Amino acid sequence: MNLFEFCYGIIHWLVDLINHLWYWLGDVLPWWFGDFFDAVGNFAASQGHMAVMTIFLEVVIVVVIALINVLNFIWIFRKFMGRMFDFYGPYYVGYRIGGWLQNLADGIKLFVKEIIVPAKADKMGYLLAPIIYIGSSILILATIPFSENFGVATNESGSYVPAGALFALAAFAIAPFSILLAGWASNNKYTLIGGMRSAAQMMSYEIPLLMTVASVFLLAGSYGFVDIVDAQHDIWFAFPLFIGFLIFLVCLAAEVEIIPFDLPEAEAELVEGWTTEYGGMRFGLFYFTTTIRSYAGGALATALFLGGWHGPALIPDEIWFLIKAYIVYTIFQWMTWSLPRVRVDQMLGIGWKRLLPLAVINLMIAVALKSMGWF
Amino acid sequence: MAEMWINMGPQHPMTHGLWNLRVKVDGETIVDAQPEVGYLHRGIEKLCEGKTYPQIIPLADRLCYGSSLTWSHLYCMAVEDLMNVEVPERAEYIRVLTIEMQRIVSHLMWLAAYAGDLGLGVGFVYTMREREVFLDLFQALTGARITYNFPRIGGVAHDLPPNFERDTLRAISYFEGRLKEYEDLFEGSKIFMMRNVGVGILKKEDAINMGVTGPTLRASGVSYDLRKDRPYSVYEEMNFNVVTHKDCDCYARYRVRMDEMWESCQIMKQALKKMPKGKVRIVSPRNAPVGTGLARVEDPRGEGMMYIVGDGTDKPYRVKIRSPIFVTVSAAPKILIGYKVADVVAIMGGLDMCIGETDR
Repeated sequence: MNLFEFCYGIIHWLVDLINHLWYWLGDVLPWWFGDFFDAVGNFAASQGHMAVMTIFLEVVIVVVIALINVLNFIWIFRKFMGRMFDFYGPYYVGYRIGGWLQNLADGIKLFVKEIIVPAKADKMGYLLAPIIYIGSSILILATIPFSENFGVATNESGSYVPAGALFALAAFAIAPFSILLAGWASNNKYTLIGGMRSAAQMMSYEIPLLMTVASVFLLAGSYGFVDIVDAQHDIWFAFPLFIGFLIFLVCLAAEVEIIPFDLPEAEAELVEGWTTEYGGMRFGLFYFTTTIRSYAGGALATALFLGGWHGPALIPDEIWFLIKAYIVYTIFQWMTWSLPRVRVDQMLGIGWKRLLPLAVINLMIAVALKSMGWF
Repeated sequence: MAEMWINMGPQHPMTHGLWNLRVKVDGETIVDAQPEVGYLHRGIEKLCEGKTYPQIIPLADRLCYGSSLTWSHLYCMAVEDLMNVEVPERAEYIRVLTIEMQRIVSHLMWLAAYAGDLGLGVGFVYTMREREVFLDLFQALTGARITYNFPRIGGVAHDLPPNFERDTLRAISYFEGRLKEYEDLFEGSKIFMMRNVGVGILKKEDAINMGVTGPTLRASGVSYDLRKDRPYSVYEEMNFNVVTHKDCDCYARYRVRMDEMWESCQIMKQALKKMPKGKVRIVSPRNAPVGTGLARVEDPRGEGMMYIVGDGTDKPYRVKIRSPIFVTVSAAPKILIGYKVADVVAIMGGLDMCIGETDR
């Protein structure tokens, strides 16, 4: 049974239940009510409506599970940073589960803070930017399946979001727009420079990123996550496309703005970069969303290069997928705390002079492998 | 993008302390810079005029949070010059030992702040952890961790505690091993080298013309160290090298400070070995004669100088303090212009700012 069938079952049962009540209500009311009630009930029981509701339910389930994992990620981030820095990390809030509840406590604290909009800010842009940033980032989560049977499918046969990987990358690329908007609308010089840097960075690292992903699409012959992961049944793409995998990780680090490339929010130079003027839960959501993007990055790396949910059958597929995503994230954190930050011109130099030619070479390798018929 | 002024400070993560650096940027490139100091002016020179000579020692400690002992030692030396007091030899050795320990502590704090500025998280934590070893020694010796109030006019407050020599030697051998690890951590990182090599060049002539002293001057290739050139205390009996570097950039400043920490370890070992037995303090007169006293020391940040005028009472008539960083910060625009905004943190971090002594 896949997630679609499960959700379809729930929706079917719910619609049946409500329609019983509904038709009964239509029966006891005068006849002209009855017709109207019949029409609404028939619409609710129709195939199209049920499918749409099923997909809604699926999206909710997948996104909520992903968000809970993101909470885990923040916990890992704090705990791992603590261990690297010779302290324990979160400890007291949720003592028995290793301080896991600290995230929730911080969230509550941020929720009750006053929301301040700077007097000279462009109100519209200032309020719109977090919505775009957070919305586009959560959109990524809906497309990533945890396993063959656990993801957002569009019909019973389990055919997944068509071109899901492409869609995820497209959603990934919306963020620079909102960052630029946030930087501009905050009306602050630090945020402005941070927003400009972010736009430059994401633009220059998007190209090698997409070129490496193109090589994966080429080998798999599909844009969908399930087909890409199935193509890695024998060998993970990280091995034949080793250069591509490294480029992908570096570009991902730049896309999710972690330390060697966290120039847009370089706290030593630009205070907090483009989030300087945001406070309270808006800042909290930015912070949370950055982790969402890290999670999405880890999941993308897992699905595209590390064999997705394939692994010894001892552990369920979904757990394999998450384990791999967690490992990628932990490596990111390791990199974050043991490397200094590059300068903006050096960052652009790395992107255009090193990664782009390497990405082209990687694409050529993929073409060669494909044309020799090995994939 | 049009040129615009950015205020980096008074409240900005780049400023270690309370000062303001106004930079004019064209996009990301710096075209002009104006350092503004004075936010932390406490009027210490004037406060000194209302206190008796021993009361000023803790005040001199407050001049710099990074290397407080150097400043109280400098003050004591100036007053001893004014009063013509001879310090017992054992006290001089203890002073040299503690000053060199203070130099290591100060340089480690600089290294931690520098790593933090460049975004190297573990560099910040690990250097602070090693600093703790020496702070514990200071705590055993003086009871305090930041402001020690240890030197006295005519000696030091008290003798070394039991086992201090053994603990210090252990700390030194531990630290010498750690110093090698830091070199791996910092110089082994390609990004660290990218951020440092060739950044913030201060030419030899410029450094001399602007009166820059300390590691910044030595990193510009000038061998100028008061411990060698104008030895005070018992430095002429110590065998050590003046560390210089010819590169004139941020990496040279980093290198000079790392090597200085190594040299400080050697000086500490020699001081412990050569330390004679005897008194650590003599009773100094209460009133100073009419006259002047002058002392110069090699602070971890450069040349510190104090000039005291006595008028026959138990309070100084005038105290003048020469701060090394007040001079160095005036050279900052010369170093900054032409580099990127991101280089500001590397350059200003490499100068090792301490606003306490700058604003006094």
